[in-house]
Amino acid sequence: MTEIPREEFVLKCTSACAGCPSSLALRYVLKAAGHDTVLVVPACCTSVIQGIFPFTSLNVTVYNIAFAAAAACASGMSEAFRKAGKKTSVIVYAGDGGTVDIGLQGLSAALEREEDFLYVCYDNEAYSNTGMQRSGATPYGARTTTTPAGKTHPKKDLDGIVAAHNPPYMATTCVAYPQDVFRKVQKALSIRGPSFIHLLAPCPTSWRFSPDLTIEMGKRAIRSGMWILYEREFGKVTINSVSKAALKNPLPLEDYLSPQGRFSGIGQREKDILISQARKMAKRLIHEEEGVC
Amino acid sequence: MSTAPAMSRPKQGASGKTGAWRIFRPRIDKDACNACGLCALSCPDAAIGEDLEIDLEYCKGCGICAHECPKKAISMKREEK
Repeated sequence: MTEIPREEFVLKCTSACAGCPSSLALRYVLKAAGHDTVLVVPACCTSVIQGIFPFTSLNVTVYNIAFAAAAACASGMSEAFRKAGKKTSVIVYAGDGGTVDIGLQGLSAALEREEDFLYVCYDNEAYSNTGMQRSGATPYGARTTTTPAGKTHPKKDLDGIVAAHNPPYMATTCVAYPQDVFRKVQKALSIRGPSFIHLLAPCPTSWRFSPDLTIEMGKRAIRSGMWILYEREFGKVTINSVSKAALKNPLPLEDYLSPQGRFSGIGQREKDILISQARKMAKRLIHEEEGVC
Repeated sequence: MSTAPAMSRPKQGASGKTGAWRIFRPRIDKDACNACGLCALSCPDAAIGEDLEIDLEYCKGCGICAHECPKKAISMKREEK
């Protein structure tokens, strides 16, 4: 804990649910970024958990904006700050709905223009803020209020889409490892140009598990190989050691799925599809790391 | 008509005293605690301070600290009404 600053930018308390992964992750994102930061928040849980006007629980400048406009707004902001000779970090903190579905064109355009900001997508794999509707990031077989019999389409490969833009830095992380979140945000902000962090946020409310298991579920996602921690720095892939160990000897998928109500009653066929998708992803990343493709 | 922007100011307790939401109350057994700080690291609301004391005015009682404690020094007891 020595290298993480003690100062808190998320003041006691946000109006997030008990055991919220988003406010936990935001604590470390802001600790890594420091005072000189502007947070751009499109419609997502973070735009409603800030508190009640005229007060806010976030002790940095926050700009709340419409779903599709987050990356465009951050582009303009960072451009203006650089023109004025300021080093202010601009961070977009968006949910999976605002990134995978609605904000994708803005993100793609900003990555193409090589704007200097960090985009953090905290992925709870559904529109949890509005009542757990399916999003493009919902995994195969998961029950949501709009897919009551389980989703029949696989999760969109957001990292693949972002990687196709060749940003200088992109990484995946998970709220279960706060030091990892802190380190990756610091690294992303130290690199000039667009950077992207995809953060898995196990949400007790929408995944329907007990709130004390938020961190445990994140660890199980990584140990079962359903989520892989890696970094892509100037095109070079490095799989982080936790995931490397997990891919060699993965935890049974059942350990990850069984505490989650959204996977209750999932069939063997759906499980096989989830496993085959995860293996395919792992194989591709391992090949990329070795330089095979 | 006022042209002042609608801007919120940072303040502790901007969402009220969230401790009232709590169903289970955490309690640290100081004899078993080895002050590793993992509870403070994993608290979503920063309700555990540097001194590893839980701020019960704001603690929502999620129980992550009790689950993550390697010494099992934190117990969750149902709140008495």
